[in-house]
Order: sequence, then structure tokens, then C-alpha cells
Amino acid sequence: MQTNTQGRAIVVGASSGIGAALVRRLSAEGWSVAALARRASELETLAKECGALTRVHDAKDFDAVPELFEGLVRELGGLDLVIYAAAVMPKVGRDEYDTPKDLEMVAVNLGGCIAWCNAAARLFRTQRSGTIVGISSIAGERGRKGNPVYGTTKAAMNTYLEALRNRLAESGVHVCTIKPGFVDTAMTQGMGKLLWLVSADEAARAILAAARSRANERFVPRRWWLVGTAIRSIPSFLFRHLNV
Amino acid sequence: MSANLRQLLDLPTRAAPRRSFEYVEGWGMSAGERRRVLRPASVEELRALLARARTEGQRLALRGTGCSYGDASLSAGGDVLDLSRMDRILEWDPARGRASCEPGVTIEKLWRTILPDGWWPRVVPGTMFPTLGGVASMNIHGKNNYEVGTIGDAIREFEILLPNGELRTASREHESALFHAAIGGFGMLGVFTRIELETKKVHSGELEVRAVRAPNLEFALEHLESQRDRCDYLVAWIDAFARGRALGRGLIHEARYLEPGEDEHPEETLQLAHQDLPAAVFGVPKSEAWRALRLLNNDAGMRLLNAVKFHSSALEVWKGPYRQAHAAFAFLLDYVPNWKFAYGRAQQRGLIQYQVFAPRASAAALYREILERCQRARIVPYLGVLKRHRPDPFWLTHALDGYSLALDFKVAPERRAELWKHCEELSERVLDAGGRFYFAKDSTLTPAQAQRMFPPENLARFRALKRELDPQNLLQTALSQRLFGEFGAQSS
Ligand SMILES: Cc1cc2nc3c(=O)[nH]c(=O)nc-3n(C[C@H](O)[C@H](O)[C@H](O)COP(=O)(O)OP(=O)(O)OC[C@H]3O[C@@H](n4cnc5c(N)ncnc54)[C@H](O)[C@@H]3O)c2cc1C
Ligand SMILES: NC(=O)c1ccc[n+]([C@@H]2O[C@H](COP(=O)([O-])OP(=O)(O)OC[C@H]3O[C@@H](n4cnc5c(N)ncnc54)[C@H](OP(=O)(O)O)[C@@H]3O)[C@@H](O)[C@H]2O)c1
Repeated sequence: MQTNTQGRAIVVGASSGIGAALVRRLSAEGWSVAALARRASELETLAKECGALTRVHDAKDFDAVPELFEGLVRELGGLDLVIYAAAVMPKVGRDEYDTPKDLEMVAVNLGGCIAWCNAAARLFRTQRSGTIVGISSIAGERGRKGNPVYGTTKAAMNTYLEALRNRLAESGVHVCTIKPGFVDTAMTQGMGKLLWLVSADEAARAILAAARSRANERFVPRRWWLVGTAIRSIPSFLFRHLNV
Repeated sequence: MSANLRQLLDLPTRAAPRRSFEYVEGWGMSAGERRRVLRPASVEELRALLARARTEGQRLALRGTGCSYGDASLSAGGDVLDLSRMDRILEWDPARGRASCEPGVTIEKLWRTILPDGWWPRVVPGTMFPTLGGVASMNIHGKNNYEVGTIGDAIREFEILLPNGELRTASREHESALFHAAIGGFGMLGVFTRIELETKKVHSGELEVRAVRAPNLEFALEHLESQRDRCDYLVAWIDAFARGRALGRGLIHEARYLEPGEDEHPEETLQLAHQDLPAAVFGVPKSEAWRALRLLNNDAGMRLLNAVKFHSSALEVWKGPYRQAHAAFAFLLDYVPNWKFAYGRAQQRGLIQYQVFAPRASAAALYREILERCQRARIVPYLGVLKRHRPDPFWLTHALDGYSLALDFKVAPERRAELWKHCEELSERVLDAGGRFYFAKDSTLTPAQAQRMFPPENLARFRALKRELDPQNLLQTALSQRLFGEFGAQSS
């Protein structure tokens, strides 16, 4: 990823929260950034604020990705970084098994990620440079009672990104998986007091630092690594009794 | 949403041609650009793409696996039409040794399919990754060109989809003009969709190989001449750094097929496992070996490496004839994957190959002059290869009754213009000597030089055919643009 000269980036899921904070930071550093999400008004505000290029895009519209990607890369004059931050996490009741709701998460959180990262992978592999950053979550570490499919999409994303990393390393392309804990964004609104809560801007700073240092996986903030390691080691028969 | 999700689940069965946006470069990495790449998987998809190109007037550059060193499969302002997904072997007849293939079938896939049945492709390049469409379009030659001709001589028949959507079949007897123009036609006339090849019966998975040291250029040329009748393959590696009386010194490899009975266990040597290249070179995993070569990739290092190679060949020469698997002999360059990265991985650097075809009579003096000029200019190729050729009936063939000298030059940005100028000057001398060039290897020719290298009547009828078959001039490449401008347009 560019460190000294200014690069060109695409951020998908950029209208609010972590994605928007990443766009602001990159723009402030002099990068040319394209910001994508569904909400046009939020994107417009962002464009006014930091000059980002914007496109209204629904991440479930996989077929639109190749053309959009091509258009953006042409407009940006090249590409060095793709960040996939789009995700939805609807509330899921204790006894709710709602397939359309679940598959919506699969489509946005995972399907969109694959569509965008595949497009980026083809360009980056052939140009032998570039960085892909996927915003996953601590929620992908275990299958928790709370929201089975959200965690599943993040776990799948981890595996997919790891595979991309292994495929692309030979071409000098880096893939970085980010696992945030709690970040103060729309997604965590109304959840009460949360452990180690950080601002979206703070998370964005840590994410860019991780990408620059070519970290493979990075918890944000880093101390979540302890939690991740701990909960992965809890045996299943105990884990099911925990209220996490 | 659900419509999209359904599509997601249906992905594998969807018929839309894959499309992506990539950095498309020549094999030598010295030229490339970001382009839209279209990858049809069937003739139907291909037809649809051509139809759209016609309505939109969109230019297309045909591409196989992009193994041409320069800009032959890059696009000039249009899209790239990559045929590598059309890679089915449609028919293989082990009784007659005939294979009918889609254009994206690689030389590798071909030999792996036919060798266990006791057949080998008649003509192969120094790497196994090119596609049949690509090798037919360039009319490639092997280390046996003097004996069997080019790949075109091994093609019985092909189907070609013309830019107007018409599918034609051509062979020597039927549509002979199209047959002799499209083979070697560098992707200008249409898209090969099926190629039928004749292959060579072999009685062993191995060749008998012998190394001969050449103390100088004259010896090497003379040896290639005198051994033609004895050997099925002949190739000489040349140390381009050697000077004076050792100018053009090198190592010749000659090989011959084994007669029936010579190999006592053909059923073993014909197995694919017997052909596989070793996974490690001196204990280094092959995929990383280029990093070691990277350290030597400068004039001093390569001077040393070439000298070491020449002197250490004594052992190989001393041990006399030995047996080597077909794949190991033919695809020596594939031993170290990505060896080209030794020239640097940055875009617009890498290497160019400059291959000079010279008639028999003028070759010795011409090659001597070229090597000396390179040394004087301090633009010395890191690799030199000498081969013997013969003429063939294809309109734009590069082959002739004589030799070729292929030189690999490193491309360093600060000396790029100088290198191009150097090659341009050499090319004038080559043309004066009645020589030719080869589009699969070219990066530096000028339009005037390209005009000069073909018999004028051949170029004229090729242009006329291009105008007829591709009136909208849809098929163009960066090379065709560079050398012929709006190739086929009325004015050109
Ligand atoms: C290491 C190395 C060693 C080599 N050794 C040799 C050698 O010994 N002898 C030799 O002759 N060559 C050699 N070559 C060159 C190589 O064989 C040719 O460049 C060949 O054309 C590459 O095939 P490709 O599939 O990569 O085609 P590309 O390079 O992608 O395309 C080559 C040409 O074919 C056209 N084309 C591709 N597909 C089709 C199609 N379906 N229909 C119509 N036109 C099409 C393209 O427009 C282009 O003009 C070597 C190359 C390398 C990298
Ligand atoms: N907040 C946390 O505590 C936390 C913790 C771990 C991981 N994460 C991850 O961090 C990432 C960013 O989330 P956030 O916290 O910043 O929440 P957020 O403010 O809700 O941001 C989510 C972003 O995704 C976009 N998005 C949602 N659905 C989309 C769709 N169908 N198409 C295109 N874009 C879509 C949203 O834009 P539109 O609505 O305008 O489309 C928005 O820009 C997510 O991947 C999330 O899973 C967050």
C-alpha cells in the first residue's frame, strides 16, 4: 500500500461509520478516494466535506460490480487500495429463524465482499501491486447465540480473505483482514455500554496503520486479540452456556 | 434482492461472458496497460461479443495467454478478447495422432493429453504455456524448424470466426488463401475457434540429447548446418558477452527421437510423471528461484553467469549423449517459474526479445556485426539463442532458409530510448542483409521496417484480405497499430 506517495482507493460501505471515517482520513492524506454505499445524501455530504468521488451502489447488485469497478479505476487513474466495509447486522430475536433476513446478510456482508475483492484481485494480481482490506469482526471468531448469520458471514469472510492473501502474496499483493471489537457507529447504537468502545475515526486510524504495516489480521483495538484468543479456546460444551 | 441472490446461487450456470478490468501486459513486461478483458467460454459467447463490437464499433485485440514478448496481444484503445477459457480438446484420435482443439488449449494441455498414447506435438515453443490460437496466429517454430517447418505445417484445418460473424473452415485444399494468411496472421483476420493438428508418433518419452561446445559463432553456425540431417532438434545457446576470437561462443544441444526398441520401457517414460520438471532447483523451491537470479541481473552478474555456464558445460559435453524427457528438453525455460521477474517486477521494465532471421549466406557476417555492435554500445543481451529455419508457404511467415539469433535485452527505464534506438539501427542492417523479424518477439520495429521485411505482394494481398474480412477494422492490437496504423483501412 502506498505510504509516501498518495494513492487511489475504493471504499465500499462508505456512507457512515468506519467506512466514512476511512474516506475522510485517506482524503486528508491526499489520496483520491471513491466512496460507495446506498444512501446518496450521506455520500453527498462526504463528497462536499472531503472531495471524494461517490457512487450510489447496493452491494447486493453483484452484476453491477465489474462495470462500476472499471469506471472508478479509470476515473481515479489507477488503483492501489480497496476496502470492503459494507455490512448489515439486523436485530435477530432469540427464537428467530428468518431466512430472507439471514440471506440479506450473506449477500451484503459476504457476497458483495467477494464481488468487489475478486474484481480488485484480478487487477492487483496483473499489475503486481495493491492492497485489499476487508472489515470483518470479532463476531466471526465463534458461533454465538445472538446473531448466527452475521457471525457466519464474518467467519466466511476471514477464510475468503486468507485464501486471497495466500493466492496473491506471490504477486506482491497484500490482503489484510480487520477484526474490530466495538466501534461507536450506527451499528452499535442503543446497545448500551460496550467494552473498549472506540470512535470510528480511531478505528480508521488503526485500520490504515495495519494495512500499511502489511498485517495479515489485525484486531481493532489490538487488545481484542486477547478476547479473540480466549473465546476461541473455550470448549463448545461450555461456550453454549455463556451469554455472549 | 432475492433475484440477485438467486443469481448468486446460479453463478456457475450463468452464460454471460466473464469480463474484468486488468493490467494487460506483454510477456516481457516492458509494455502494458489497464484494459477491459472479455473471456468468452463458447463460440456462442464469442459470436455475441463480436456482434456487440460490430454495433458499437469497439476494437478488439485477440489474446491467448499473452506469451508474446512485446505488444502483439495488447490492445490499442480497445478491449482485449481473451480466448484462454475456450480450452476443450474436442477430439483426440490416438490411432492417427490427430487432435481437434478449441483455441485456448495450451501446448501443455495438448502434450499431456497425447503423450501417454505415444504422440508429441510436432512443433512446440520454448515454453508450454501458449495457446493453440496464439501459436497458430504467430505461426511459431520450434528447435526443429529446419526439419518440420512451423506449427502451420502441422495444422490440417481450422475454423475461424470472422469479424462479420461468419464461421469458415479452411485447410490447404479448401479456402487455401485464408489458410495461408490466417496462420501467421497475428490475429488480424478472425478468431480461430477450432484447430486440428497432426502430431508426431514417438516411441519413448525421452530423447537422446548431446551437448557440443561451440568455441565461436562460426563453429555454431557450421554445426547447425552440418548436423541438420542427423538431428531432430538443434539449438545453440550463445554467450553474447564473449569477445574477439570467442565471439558468439556457446553450447549446442542436439537431440533425436528414439527408434522403436531403443527405449526398453516406453510405457514408463511416456507417463506424465516421468516428464514433470523437478519441484526445486538446488534445494530452493522453484517458485522463489527467480529471486536468486535477480541478484545477478546486471551486466557484471550476467557476464559472469554466461561465462560460468560456458565453462561448466565441459562436464555435460564430456558425459556424451544422454537421455532426457521431452518436456525437460523442450521447455527448459519453464524450469524456473517467473524467471522473467529476475529482470524486475515493476511495470514497463522487464525485458524485450529481439529475434533476427537471416538468410544462410549473410547470417555469419550479420550476427558477428550485431554482437560486436551490442558490445560497443554496452547494450549486451543477457541471453542469446541460435536456431536453424526453413521457408514455409504462409503469407507473413518469419521463417526462411537460414538462421535466427534471439537476443534478450534488459529494459531499464533510464536506457529504454537508447535500447530502442539501438535495435532500430540493428534492424536496418538486418533488412539490408535480406533478414526478417518475428512479431511474437517484436517491440522495436518501425512501420517502414515492417513494410520492408515482407515480400511486397504478400503484404498487399494480406491487406486486401483484411479489408474484405474485417471492413470495420475491429481486430487490432497495439502491435498492428504501431506498425501498420489503421491496418486494412482503405488509405493504408
Ligand atoms: C519463454 C518463451 C519462449 C518462447 N519460445 C518460442 C519459440 O521457441 N518459438 C516460437 O516461435 N515462439 C516462442 N515464444 C513465443 C510464443 O510462442 C508466441 O508468442 C505465441 O504466439 C504465444 O501464444 P499465446 O497463446 O500466449 O498468444 P498471445 O501472445 O496472447 O497472442 C499471440 C497472437 O495471437 C493472436 N491470437 C491469440 N489467440 C487467437 C485466436 N484464438 N485466434 C486468432 N488469433 C489469436 C493474438 O492477437 C496475437 O496476435 C516463446 C515465448 C516465451 C514467453
Ligand atoms: N460498529 C462495530 O462495533 C463493528 C464491530 C465489528 C465490525 N464492524 C464492521 O465494520 C463495518 C462498518 O460498519 P459500521 O460500524 O461503520 O456501521 P455502519 O455505520 O452501519 O456502516 C455500514 C456501512 O455499510 C453500508 N452498507 C450497508 N448495506 C449496504 C448495501 N446493501 N450496499 C452498500 N452498502 C451497504 C452502509 O451504507 P448504506 O446504508 O448507505 O448503504 C454503511 O456505509 C461493517 O463491516 C461491520 O460489520 C463494526
